[in-house]
Amino acid sequence: MTNMSATPSSFAARSDGQPIDPGADVSIAALDHARVPERMSADKVRCEACPVLCQISPGKLGACDRYGNVDGVLTRLDTLALVARPGTDLVAWNAAAQGQWDGSLVGGDAPVFVSGVGSGTTYPDYKPAPFIVASTHAGVDMVTVVTEGIFSYCSFKVKIDTDRYLGPEQATVRHRGEAVGHVSTIEYGSQFLALGGVHHLTGGSKKEGRVVCEMMMALGNREPVELQIEGGASVVVCADRPPIVDGVEERRMRVGCGSAAIGIFAPQWAGHVDEVVVIDDHITGVLSEHQAGKFLDMAPTGIVLRGRKSTPGRYFQVAHPGAGWGGTDIVDPLSIVEGWERGRGARPGLRLLMVSTTGEDAAWFVLDDALVPRPAEMPADVRRVVERIGENCEPSLCSVLYVAGAGGSLRAGVTDNPVRLTRSIKDLLVNVTCGGAPVYVWPGGGITVMVDVAKMPSMSFGSVPTPAIVSPIEFTMRLDDYRALGGHMDRVRRLDEIVASGAYRLVAPAAGNPWPLDAPRGAPA
Amino acid sequence: MTGAVRALLGDGRWHFQHGPIDCILLAEGEPGVAAACIERAWERFRGLLAELVAELDLLRTDLSSLDGARIAPHGVVARRMVGACRRHAEGGRFITAMAAVAGSVAEELIGRFDDARIQRAYVNNGGDIAVHLAPGARFDIGLVADPAHGLAGLPLAGRFAIDAASGVRGIATSGWRGRSFSLGIADAVTVLATHASAADAAATVIGNAVDLDDPRIVRRPANRIRDDSDLGARLVTCAVPPLDAAAIGRALAAGAEAARSEIARGRIIASVLSLQGRVLVVDGASAGPIARPLADAAFSRSLVPC
Repeated sequence: MTNMSATPSSFAARSDGQPIDPGADVSIAALDHARVPERMSADKVRCEACPVLCQISPGKLGACDRYGNVDGVLTRLDTLALVARPGTDLVAWNAAAQGQWDGSLVGGDAPVFVSGVGSGTTYPDYKPAPFIVASTHAGVDMVTVVTEGIFSYCSFKVKIDTDRYLGPEQATVRHRGEAVGHVSTIEYGSQFLALGGVHHLTGGSKKEGRVVCEMMMALGNREPVELQIEGGASVVVCADRPPIVDGVEERRMRVGCGSAAIGIFAPQWAGHVDEVVVIDDHITGVLSEHQAGKFLDMAPTGIVLRGRKSTPGRYFQVAHPGAGWGGTDIVDPLSIVEGWERGRGARPGLRLLMVSTTGEDAAWFVLDDALVPRPAEMPADVRRVVERIGENCEPSLCSVLYVAGAGGSLRAGVTDNPVRLTRSIKDLLVNVTCGGAPVYVWPGGGITVMVDVAKMPSMSFGSVPTPAIVSPIEFTMRLDDYRALGGHMDRVRRLDEIVASGAYRLVAPAAGNPWPLDAPRGAPA
Repeated sequence: MTGAVRALLGDGRWHFQHGPIDCILLAEGEPGVAAACIERAWERFRGLLAELVAELDLLRTDLSSLDGARIAPHGVVARRMVGACRRHAEGGRFITAMAAVAGSVAEELIGRFDDARIQRAYVNNGGDIAVHLAPGARFDIGLVADPAHGLAGLPLAGRFAIDAASGVRGIATSGWRGRSFSLGIADAVTVLATHASAADAAATVIGNAVDLDDPRIVRRPANRIRDDSDLGARLVTCAVPPLDAAAIGRALAAGAEAARSEIARGRIIASVLSLQGRVLVVDGASAGPIARPLADAAFSRSLVPC
């Protein structure tokens, strides 16, 4: 294999010499040049692809920027990412691919999916997409049209699981001083930010565009991004990782505010407690006064809490955000109790549970003859409910969703009549994926996709100097349907040809991704 | 081991690649002659990397050191590299022959196009370019001041024509954002010279001179970023904060002084320095209008230093 037939643009290196992502989910094992990789010192790998014979440290690239050391394995990085079918024996398959390729594996179901990552693009030319790959799946001839799209019209919707106040709706979000987006709505427990978009990319100053582009690439590639919200908090966002708000990492989504927790668990406490206080920096709940407690015919307890009463059993300003119980500043729970009124129900032997909205902190008291709360051992029935609160608290995470419109010239690489691709997608005859990850196609006109970047291969996102974002997109359909919608039949290549070129890396799909070659929903069985 | 490979690009240009060397070649002239020159260039290219690697230790030696003053490599390209760089090692300035590797390789290949029937030819080795121009021929060059802006749709920082009479046969660009490291903070320093090897070495030196003492500039040891860098633990620029106009002016002035010195010694013909939106052209008073604006001339065959 000494002559590459593909053009250099298909092998554009992602890196400019910067260390590569050691978390890359690469599973390729053997390459010709690394058949005898020598470990020179510690974890270095020797590359024999060319006379320079680089000795590459872990996480670094060789002189050519094409080969790197990924976890001690020599790996070609500027390549097409082939997503391996779950259950595929990658080592055996790869060994067969490196040996005499007799096409026998292609006789069965295609074990790999050609993703758009690294496929290059023909933007803005009206040339067929870089790869139009035919393979067989479940006895049906399928075709996948693969490209890396260049998107100016794209953005990220970020969902941040936090109860902290991040900032007012519509406030500008800044990254490195530049305006990169705005605060959107808050859904229960999660604040949405809208980041990126064509106006920030190209409508503002060149500096703003470049900063926005770099931020969008980082978000898409699952790297942490520091944001500053005007009139609000600073937050570090990283896909699938907990948010860090004003320097504090969020750990759990609370099951709800103090009032919500009371409402959910009241029936489970009934009979085991005389009073429950759920401490929260937003609304602290008091069971006996709460609607839920009234419904259970609970007797009043005469508890006097600090703070400002809202509706019955709900108190504002009892606690504030901090490092204490459940993200509040409370360390000693009794510090919020100002007293007990004998005339309003306080009595010796009264059983009091105080708990945070995450269930991580709880204390059990019994009032003595002087109406002083004394710590006591928490009964098992009560502890069970406290633990259940904790069980109901999910880990706080940031979710990064990429939204892009693929309605423009990109379609011309697929078919000579672009609107027919759009219609086929709406008719569910085409599986649309991004790097093999499933996408949501928005209703209405155009092809507007939304995809969870955590489900895409690592380093799927690149950029061009416009500035614009480069991201993979694939359209999979039955070969017959492709022909019917005016596809470029003369550009279809078989999967085994792609594999024979050798310029690829195998990538494991994210857990739970449907196999892109499964028949589209709208196609007849 | 993979040998050198080549591929014909859709528009008639060739891509030669071997290991870290990527060259784009174009030749215009009598068709058979152009093709024959390409073949000669290819034959020369195939053994080039191995030839350089054989003497790599010499080429990575600091020429201002005692050892460096004495080295005398055998290879043609290696000797050209050392020749282009040694003159910059005066006064104990650190420089290795690697500072001129790209230009020297380009210059070696362009020699294969030295034929009266070739109108124009170029070898673009990752932005370091050697050209051949027959009398009366010229190349139109687009200058990209900031590689982050590139070509797509944005105005170029400058356009100029190099014609045969100017004597310019080598163009090189150095900047902290590119593949090679820089000790300075210029976005791009482009040098026009009679030889690509000379342009390459000078661009590195002038690029290093565009600098400021500002603690916000992020610098890291070269060998932490790239194993076995010939720069060793020297601090190379990794990030530059937005600078105010006065600071930009001071940094460019330092570079301009270095450029003027190179012109005065006859080593280069002109230089264009850019930093955060400001562009400074330095050419000798007697050099004539090298940087002629193209006005409405169509932009053909982009030779863009990247």
